[in-house]
Amino acid sequence: MADDELPDPDSEPFWQGCAEGELRYQRCNACDAAIFYPRAMCPVCGATDPAWAVSAGQGAVHACSVVHRAPPALADKAPYAVLLVDLDEGFRMMGGLAEGDPEKIAIGDRVSVTFREGPDGRPAPYFVSA
Amino acid sequence: MPARRVVPIHLTKAATLSLNKACAIAGVAESRLGAVPDATVLTLQAEALAGALADAGLEKADIDGLFVSGAWGRLPGLQIAEYLGIQPSYSDTTMVGGSSFEFHLGHAAAAIQASLCSVAAIVYGSTQRSRKDRYIFQIRSDLGYQYEAPYGLPTPVGAYALAASRHFAEYGTTSEQLADLAVSTREWARRNPKAYRREPMTRDEVLDSGWIATPLHRYDCCLFTDGGGAAIIVSPEIAKTLDKPPVWLLGQGESVSHAQISEMPDLTVTPAAVSGKRAFDMAGVTHDQLDVVEIYDSFTITVLLTLESLGFCKPGEGGAFLANGRTGPGGEFPLNTNGGGLSYCHPGQYGIFLIIEAVRQLRGECDERQVADAVLALVSGTGGVLSSNSTCILGLE
Repeated sequence: MADDELPDPDSEPFWQGCAEGELRYQRCNACDAAIFYPRAMCPVCGATDPAWAVSAGQGAVHACSVVHRAPPALADKAPYAVLLVDLDEGFRMMGGLAEGDPEKIAIGDRVSVTFREGPDGRPAPYFVSA
Repeated sequence: MPARRVVPIHLTKAATLSLNKACAIAGVAESRLGAVPDATVLTLQAEALAGALADAGLEKADIDGLFVSGAWGRLPGLQIAEYLGIQPSYSDTTMVGGSSFEFHLGHAAAAIQASLCSVAAIVYGSTQRSRKDRYIFQIRSDLGYQYEAPYGLPTPVGAYALAASRHFAEYGTTSEQLADLAVSTREWARRNPKAYRREPMTRDEVLDSGWIATPLHRYDCCLFTDGGGAAIIVSPEIAKTLDKPPVWLLGQGESVSHAQISEMPDLTVTPAAVSGKRAFDMAGVTHDQLDVVEIYDSFTITVLLTLESLGFCKPGEGGAFLANGRTGPGGEFPLNTNGGGLSYCHPGQYGIFLIIEAVRQLRGECDERQVADAVLALVSGTGGVLSSNSTCILGLE
């Protein structure tokens, strides 16, 4: 699937949220699990049709790596940080560091979401130190 | 949630003896390795298969089960069967990354036990180095990958770097400890004439080799080579008729936990925690009985996490476990005795070579790198981004 086939039917509300400045995730109607990335079935209990919710966009860095050997399309941006962030609502997602020294961000740091254009021009969630 | 009606079979006693000695490995071989510009992905598989059949003392016409994995061509299971002129009555194209061949070994045991086939060939080949047909820093953006694609994480190395960052932060693991594994593995490679990198290497050379993605340096990462491998798996009845000593499958377990690193349940615990326990239970052996251990080393951190998940040491102790040459020649824990994916070869999906080396060690065919009197070996393959693991315990009669 090429980039121009995104968003897809599972992801459309998520990317629409990014365009509107909202970090959207899902919550299971049956077991209340926070679900990310969006999908048609709860990966915890198997209930279908999870509900959409909006995250406050606050969380903590769970893991981080500073990329020095970047894929060709991003070579001029290296070094840059890639994060896994645990959002306070109970889900984890990958994100980039929107600003600041990539060497300074550390596991455990509090971060908040912001939206920036990703490499394909679509607004995507990034994070800044909170 | 309501109570579950069905108890997973891997949690029941019924599973624990099911594949013990259901099959034996009768022959193994590599193709040419390293840079092989004058071969296709099919050439290398034919080379490896011919070698493995000769090693087993069997013929191509004996093969009735075919186990294939790869991301080349359109339908690899059909293409290689056609090329080799095999019409298998049992086929398995399980593709779960570099560990696929350890999955195949368990699946072959089950198929042989069920009399669905009696001589199974596991084949693999890759020309990724010479033909550039697999780009390691490729970023996908479809399906689940769309939520990671914007951030430029080089895959798979960046995913392993994230897991390493977490282990460093939780347990104080250091780059020096990971470097020591790379050095020990290189020491084994220096004793393997087929290894791609055989020159001496120091801890400082690893630490000075440059960042790929922190905390992983260039020499924390596996090689990028061409190569193929094959193994012939047979029923117990056939095994007993062959010239070379059969290497028995004593236990196997497998597990898959995620596809993308952001979905990994715990970045410091791999699916080997599940598959390893099952393999040990099935084999009826303990960790301290093993003579030689072959663990997938796509990256140094892969080995550390797998060792912990398999229970060779406690969570957080993997760094100390690997440090100071403990896993090298003459060390107390012989590990990755062919020089591993780090220094011997790594043609994309390395798992077949773990099996090949374990069989040779158990048969006493390893010359300068031979572990004395090895009778029990463990092979543990990891695929994807710490996503899949199959662990096999192998032994002589």
